[in-house]
Amino acid sequence: MSILVNKDTRLICQGITGKAGEFHSKNCLDYGTDLVGGVTPGKGGEEVLGKPVFDTVAEAVEQTGADATMIFVPAPFTADAILEAIDAGIKTIVAITEGVPVLDMVRVYEIVRNSDSVLIGPNCPGVITSDECKIGIMPGYIHQPGKVGVMSRSGTLTYEAVWQTSSMGLGQTTCVGLGGDPIVGTSFIDLFKLYEADPATEAILMIGEIGGTAEEEAAAFVKEHVTKPVAAFIAGRTAPPGKRMGHAGAIISGGKGTAAEKVAALQDAGIAVAESPGDMGEAVARAIKNKGR
Amino acid sequence: MKIHEYQAKQVLRGAGVAVLDGHVAETDDEAAKAYDALGGSIAVVKAQIHAGGRGKGTTKENPEQHGVQLVKSADEARAVAEGLLGNTLVTIQTGAEGKTVNKVFVEAGCNIARELYLGIVLDRAAAMPVLMVSTEGGVEIEKVAEETPELIFKEHFDPHFGLQSYQVRKLCAKLGIKGKSIRSADKFMRALCKVYVDYDCSLAEINPLVVTGEGELVALDAKMSFDDNALFRHKDILEFRDLTEEEPSEVRAGEAGLSYVKLEGNIGCLVNGAGLAMSTMDIIKLNGGQPANFLDVGGGANAEQVTEAFRIILSDHHVKAVLVNIFGGIMRCTTIAEALVQAYKTVGFNVPLVVRLEGTEVEEGKKIIAESDVDIITADDINDAAKKVVATLI
Repeated sequence: MSILVNKDTRLICQGITGKAGEFHSKNCLDYGTDLVGGVTPGKGGEEVLGKPVFDTVAEAVEQTGADATMIFVPAPFTADAILEAIDAGIKTIVAITEGVPVLDMVRVYEIVRNSDSVLIGPNCPGVITSDECKIGIMPGYIHQPGKVGVMSRSGTLTYEAVWQTSSMGLGQTTCVGLGGDPIVGTSFIDLFKLYEADPATEAILMIGEIGGTAEEEAAAFVKEHVTKPVAAFIAGRTAPPGKRMGHAGAIISGGKGTAAEKVAALQDAGIAVAESPGDMGEAVARAIKNKGR
Repeated sequence: MKIHEYQAKQVLRGAGVAVLDGHVAETDDEAAKAYDALGGSIAVVKAQIHAGGRGKGTTKENPEQHGVQLVKSADEARAVAEGLLGNTLVTIQTGAEGKTVNKVFVEAGCNIARELYLGIVLDRAAAMPVLMVSTEGGVEIEKVAEETPELIFKEHFDPHFGLQSYQVRKLCAKLGIKGKSIRSADKFMRALCKVYVDYDCSLAEINPLVVTGEGELVALDAKMSFDDNALFRHKDILEFRDLTEEEPSEVRAGEAGLSYVKLEGNIGCLVNGAGLAMSTMDIIKLNGGQPANFLDVGGGANAEQVTEAFRIILSDHHVKAVLVNIFGGIMRCTTIAEALVQAYKTVGFNVPLVVRLEGTEVEEGKKIIAESDVDIITADDINDAAKKVVATLI
């Protein structure tokens, strides 16, 4: 079992004829993902990687039965691409694109939350269920089937966590990169609900960072509703206030969104917090032990 | 991206938000002329820097010279401008080093009956912009939020529909705005919310917002910043960018497509990915060191960009050691390795270099470094890397 995606997921790529779209589509195919086609307006009828290209998502869905999409279109067109995927009834929408204007996401957010679609991202590495389905830009080989659900606002820091849990033999069920923007389609809380309900996920690792209050809200949810062992790490303890740390969402503004506040909230919820990014795997092991599992 | 007060007021005026008349001046002569042009008996000379707290702040050169000062003649305007221009203003927000004043804004005075606060930001949890007002004008809103949060009133608004009139009336009731001032508030607040959306702002703050003796609302100060990701559709705003307000090394990094933030420490960091870059700073600190910078080379960086990243890090003379921490995903370890070798040849390293490589093409990357004559300390994992780089300084 897993969450969001598995071996039956049928994927298309919006922006498949672009350099990044094609490169990562190939990597997903190589990993074993069932990539069934792509969409680039104006290039319908062509083929990329031996897969058909369509002008619209609706056509792609009709002809391939796709139920997931990976979006690589440039930032100014990303909101439109997401809305098109929702309109076509795509169940899992993964937006990799970085640099989407935040007010575009305000508009998209309301629509996606009132639809049957799930949006992961934007500005995220994607979603991967070990050995079954990879949608995104993460290196596949570090992932190993196992029992930890990993979710994160970061990309490479997630790889670090995956690497550590793989090295320790814990492995992962599904890893989700939520994205580094101020507004993303799916929250930690959304995923806690899915992981809690997934029988294969035995422990959950949440990787947060400075900015916003998503971690505090998640901590409050865990305290009330999550029975599985939970570990966490917060990046940015040394980040200065008022400076955007790479991610559009990673900024301490008005004294709010500090790592210290987040760590305190997580600890208050009984979550095992890794002090160092080198100890994320250890923290998961500690959380499992604490729960006596 | 931040802009100056005088630029923000230009934007606001164009959008129908009430501001006072004013002129920007770059010399004391221009300031005197600006005073005369305003034609009143009173004006305010304001230092234009990208930081708040100017009124209480003073220049390094003269502790009597405040960043905002009332003047009653052209000669006074000239004297204040002279005291500010070219000097360094230190405020609660600039840090001890302060900021050089290159321009002053000479603005007409007004008959102040009340000072309120008004600000628009993105409420991330609600995924909507929110208008916040407070009776406590002229005070830092963070302070109000901490000490008297009950004096802050909020209304969220949908960017499609904008702020509605009934929402303004609700806020007016809380603020004690009555009579014909309600109409003025309606025009002011709704226009400002529209500016926030139309220009993709990340902050629009009017503090203080003044209710004049005549009952009109007018922006006494204006602070605006913009979503960097949306600047592609606001070329007019991009022209307002003042590079003298930004850290030169950060500007240089931005031009090379790198995300860089200068810090106070002495261990330079070169990392791929924002989360890993922050974590690398954190783990250096945990091991007793001090990071000199945040630097994310991003996913798609090429050898030239990575070489430029090395140059920027090494141009900071505080840097006594460098830690390279790469977990290859889109970024291939071979790209980093090649750039490292190239940088070693062209830039030269005069400080110890600790390198940790993992991920895509890691073995090939390690081989490139091993076969070169680059003198580095290799590390097995992130813990090992942090320990080793801190140890080089002891």
